[in-house]
Amino acid sequence: MARVLLKIPRTVRKGESFDIRILIAHPMESGQRRDEGGQVIPRFIINRFSCLYNGELVFEADLFPAIAANPFFEFSAVAVNSGRIVMRWVDDAGVGQTETADIVVT
Amino acid sequence: MIGRAALVLLLIVAEAGAAELRSGYDDAGPQTRATQDDDTVNPGFLWVQQGAALWSQPAGAAGTSCASCHEISAMRGVAARYPAFDTALGRPMTLDQRIEQCRTERQKASPLPPEDDTRLALSAYVGLQSRGMTVRPRTDGPMRPFLEAGRTLYMTRQGQLNLSCSNCHDGLAGQRLGGALIPQGHANGYPLYRLEWQGMGSVYRRIRNCLTGIRAEIYPPDAPELTALELYLAARATGLKVETPAVRP
Repeated sequence: MARVLLKIPRTVRKGESFDIRILIAHPMESGQRRDEGGQVIPRFIINRFSCLYNGELVFEADLFPAIAANPFFEFSAVAVNSGRIVMRWVDDAGVGQTETADIVVT
Repeated sequence: MIGRAALVLLLIVAEAGAAELRSGYDDAGPQTRATQDDDTVNPGFLWVQQGAALWSQPAGAAGTSCASCHEISAMRGVAARYPAFDTALGRPMTLDQRIEQCRTERQKASPLPPEDDTRLALSAYVGLQSRGMTVRPRTDGPMRPFLEAGRTLYMTRQGQLNLSCSNCHDGLAGQRLGGALIPQGHANGYPLYRLEWQGMGSVYRRIRNCLTGIRAEIYPPDAPELTALELYLAARATGLKVETPAVRP
C-alpha cells in the first residue's frame, strides 16, 4: 500500500470547478538506470491512473518512464452532485491501489 | 607560523563575509519553493506521514513505541537545538543518532542503516515539530571542543580536488558550479526531499555526496567527524529557521 498525499475540498458549490491533487509514493524506476554491479535496474512504474466522480470518468492518464518518482497529479472537475471520488492506479507488477474521498456539493 | 596566522585571518574574513544568512530555500527556484511550502504537495510529507504512524507503533523487544514515553508536543523545539550534548556519553549527538539510540537501547529494536526509511521518517516527523523555529544549538561549555573540531574540518582542504567546505560554501556561495547555484550549505531542513535523489535523505547523505564530489575519503556513518561537522553547520546556521522537511534541487 503506497502512501499518498491527497487534497480534495470537502465541500464545493454546485456548478463550480474544484481541484483534485494526489501525490503517490512510488519509485517509478525508468528501466534506464544501472546498479553498482552494472546490471540494468528493471522498469517499474505506475502505468495507468484514473479518477471517477460518482462513477463517471473525469480524468485518466497513461504514464511512461519519463515521469519522476512519487508522481503528482493535479486536475479539476465540475461539482455536480455530492458523492464519492475514486482514484485508481495500477503499476507494471499489476498491483492496483484505490483511494477514495467523499465530496459534498451544496 | 605564517600558515597559522593566515588560517586565523581566513576565519575572520570567512565569518565576516557570512553576515547575510541564506537558506537553500532562498536559492531554490520558485517551483521548488512552492513544492516545499505546500504540505499536500511536498513529497517529504510521505515520510512525515510514515513517521507519525511509526511514532505510536511498538518497536523492538521492549514492546514500547515512541509515544509510550514521549508526547509528540514535547518534541517541539528539539530539532532546533540539536546536535545536543549527551552527558552520559560525554559528547554531542545528532538528532538522528538520538532517535536511533532510543530505538536500539530503550526499545530494544534492531539497528537500521542511516538512510533507512524508518529512520528518515522518524527524523522528519520529529524535525517537523520544530519547523519555523530558529536553529540554535548550544555551543558553549562542553560543546566548545567539538565545535572547534567541526570548524577545523569545515576549513580544511581535503580530497583529490583539495577543496574545503569553506572554499565553495563561504567563498563561492552565490556563484555556479556547472549549471548549479552554490548555496551557503546550511543544514536547516534535514531530512529533506532532494529532486536529484527523487527521494528523502539525511544530512549524512548530502555530506557523502560532497565528499565524493571533491574525491575525498568518506567518513563512516558513525564517525565523530560527522557529528562535529553537523554541530558546526548548525552553529553556522544559527538564526535561520528549521525547514524540515525541506525540498531542494
